Amino acid sequence: MNKRVILLLAVGVTAGCTRHTGVVTQEQPKAFGTALVLVSGEKQAAGVGAQLDQPLVVQVNNAQGAGVAGALVRFAGSRGVIVTPTQGLTGSDGQLSVTVNLGSAGGHYQLLASTPTASGAAVAIHVDEIALGYQEMLGAKVSEIHCIRCHDSESTAARVSNLDNLTAKPHLFTDGAFLNTMSDADLSAMISHGGNGLNKSPEMPPYGNTLTKQEIAALVAYMRAMADPPYRAQGVFYASN
Amino acid sequence: MNFRAIWNYLFGDSARAFGSLSVVLLGLLAVVPARDYFREWRGFQKQYLRLVSHRSDAASLNRRFQGGLQQVWLPEIGVVDRCTTCHTGLKEASLLDVKMQPFRPHPPTPHTLTEFGCVMCHRGQGTGTTVEDAHSSTRSWEEPILPARYLESSCGQCHLAPLTGTPRLNQGRQLLAGYGCVRCHTVKTPDGATMTGTDVPPSLAHVGEKTTREWIAAWLKNPQAYAGSATMPNFQLADADIRDISAFLIAQSTPSGAEKTTAAVPSQDDAVIQQGSSLYGESFCASCHAVQNAAGLLVGGSLGPELTRVGSKVKTEWLAGWLNNPDNYDPGTAMPHYRFDSKQIDLLLAFLTSKNDSDFIGNTRLSPATQAQAEHGKTLVVERGCASCHEINGVKTPDNFAPELTLAGSRPLSKILFAPAVPHTLPDYIAAKIRDPRSFGDALKMPRFTLAPQQVDALVTAILAQSERAQTMPAVLRVPARKPTGYRPAGKAGQLMDDMRCFSCHTINGRGGDMAPDLTWEGTSVQRAWLVSFLKNPNTLRPALIRRMPKFNVTDAEANTLADYIMTAYQTPDFDRDAIDATRFTAADAEAGKELFYGKYACQSCHIIDTSKDKGYVGPTLTAVGTRFSAAWIFHWLKNAQTLRPGTLEPVWNMNDEDARAIAAFLLAQKGAPVKVASR
Repeated sequence: MNKRVILLLAVGVTAGCTRHTGVVTQEQPKAFGTALVLVSGEKQAAGVGAQLDQPLVVQVNNAQGAGVAGALVRFAGSRGVIVTPTQGLTGSDGQLSVTVNLGSAGGHYQLLASTPTASGAAVAIHVDEIALGYQEMLGAKVSEIHCIRCHDSESTAARVSNLDNLTAKPHLFTDGAFLNTMSDADLSAMISHGGNGLNKSPEMPPYGNTLTKQEIAALVAYMRAMADPPYRAQGVFYASN
Repeated sequence: MNFRAIWNYLFGDSARAFGSLSVVLLGLLAVVPARDYFREWRGFQKQYLRLVSHRSDAASLNRRFQGGLQQVWLPEIGVVDRCTTCHTGLKEASLLDVKMQPFRPHPPTPHTLTEFGCVMCHRGQGTGTTVEDAHSSTRSWEEPILPARYLESSCGQCHLAPLTGTPRLNQGRQLLAGYGCVRCHTVKTPDGATMTGTDVPPSLAHVGEKTTREWIAAWLKNPQAYAGSATMPNFQLADADIRDISAFLIAQSTPSGAEKTTAAVPSQDDAVIQQGSSLYGESFCASCHAVQNAAGLLVGGSLGPELTRVGSKVKTEWLAGWLNNPDNYDPGTAMPHYRFDSKQIDLLLAFLTSKNDSDFIGNTRLSPATQAQAEHGKTLVVERGCASCHEINGVKTPDNFAPELTLAGSRPLSKILFAPAVPHTLPDYIAAKIRDPRSFGDALKMPRFTLAPQQVDALVTAILAQSERAQTMPAVLRVPARKPTGYRPAGKAGQLMDDMRCFSCHTINGRGGDMAPDLTWEGTSVQRAWLVSFLKNPNTLRPALIRRMPKFNVTDAEANTLADYIMTAYQTPDFDRDAIDATRFTAADAEAGKELFYGKYACQSCHIIDTSKDKGYVGPTLTAVGTRFSAAWIFHWLKNAQTLRPGTLEPVWNMNDEDARAIAAFLLAQKGAPVKVASR
């Protein structure tokens, strides 16, 4: 008798102490698609921990390639990246728009978006986003002022792209295929001395007297962060896991 | 064996007792070293050593590793940080690929660990030696680690001037000053100065002259319904309160000093409206005012109010008087005196009154105001603190209307009442409060602002910078903000510059706006004849720019007065504008300059000289540059433009004298007609 009371008490106390975590409501899909495609919002760069400027938009398609309304899409991120909402049903156009908050360390963040299909299997896509640390942010600022007008083919309301007006086409900072082959020292030299100093097109002016050493280092760090495919520094031992 | 037997066995005689107690004592003594041995940080240090042992530079990593409790101690700034005990790889750049905490290297920043420690920027408890103690908020310690998105707030503890590396903090401080926050909340920066508003909330002393009671009511109901870009917050007022406040505002209005005109009814003829629209474009009203286009996008500047529905707001007589000379109605306005003639005013009236939206006021029906309503309205205006921002007859500007925010970044959590579903951290509380103040209680007076998520983050960052640590930092570490100088030009030219509100856009001698170039050394820079013609008819210097210098319809005499003053007063002390005699340049000099321009320096990548083949769009068009600048200015510009105009896009070329002279000769020979670009 006594033992039973103690046992009950123990169970009660244990249950009371167990932290109640909020019950995550599992949304039920109203429809299924066969493919998941990315609409917009990939490869955005923002400061660490910040919310990306543009939402991430994905679309669930059926076999005919038309959007499926009411399909369930789940998002998963690594290293502290927060997707709001983490899951949801697609709208009438078959699209779901979510906001993304980056984690607290600089670098690339991979998000996994997935949708269940009628057969029970899930289709998934990877989405890459870029978090800029302090140095990369500083580099982004330098780029915004001095570089982007020629090194970006896109025009915005605030600036007109000058890229097409040049005979030697500047490399985009996302051009990892080319820029990853240059060392930090080569890039810094190119920025400091310009094309003329290095037997390349004089259309690239020298910035060695305009920018400080720190600003040039920051700019290189920014270009490395934006490179696609991602840049891997030479001479660094990479952990296997 | 019973208890007595055991007792006798252990403590039966003095020798046995001594032996037993010694064993017990030894055991007790072992507890402390054992606990020490199993401390959390030792585990991390062992894990770190295992991690680095497989790397190619294991030997040097091992050599630099220091075991045991580590501490950064900086008594002058009150830092005792033991973070490096577990965060062993902070200084190891070669651990770049390590993503696992606590071993990640610290990314490069302007300050080093040994200079400022960790908690100065990251908050947290520096003396803590367990993960929980150091990072989380506990009952006796309320300083958890600062989330990365608000890190820039820590820079703001010393740096009071905007920094290139802290865009979020800069934006937050701009919002604090520009969205009226500091008009109700006192915010003292660590140097003791009180932040002042940079916005210009309109005076309501003569509001009855400008608009109707119906418009005021509809505006109070939802300012953003009138203009999406309006910065006036929504006070979430009841309809009856809106009725009473609008009654009071009309009742308190007194006549302004503006001339009373009985303007003709604006033409509704499409052709006239079209002409007015052209004049609006030619006068570059869009440099300051925005209008929503057919696609719903705002086109234009944000210095003045949005004009999308201005026809539903203002009275025609008032608008006519305002366009004639804004100074008469509001001496504090940033809007220049345009010197429009009556025909031009009629055209603009037709265009601006056509910008209306019958839906905006359509549903507002108000019966004539009673004395009691107006009196209640006054009570409400006092209660809501309207006079913190607006000048209102009979209502004094309240002092300290809202809680002071000087130390809001260190507010103890125990003094905060959290609304439901708000996480119990200070940044989350501040963000929730800014996003929806009334979620903390219906009786709260704080209105709801229309802010993007990024703007909320920026504001939280700026408020977190108002920490106790910021107040106690040694004054030598403080990087002061640049204060406006209060410079005012003298004499007749000074009056003219005030009349045309040059300082709304241009900075001269440390005072003024940042929309247009700094004119402090304009006299050294330009040729007098060019300046006179530019003042009379400003042409487009940069085709790619949207915001441009308006045409002020100045007379010859006014242009000459201004030119005389600018040419005399605004000279750089660094060199003499007449030091280089342009008449001594030869054709051979210009030819050599042309070669350098197109060859060695490839200036055509950014500038246009020959409109048939040059395409550069970054810098201004140079087809007529020879009529604009002085020879000495061009020469020094080519050598180091950043010293002449800090922040200009022109790189520092550091040219030798010979090259700079030759290119200057070539540029001075460019006297062609300026390119005409259709106005947007």
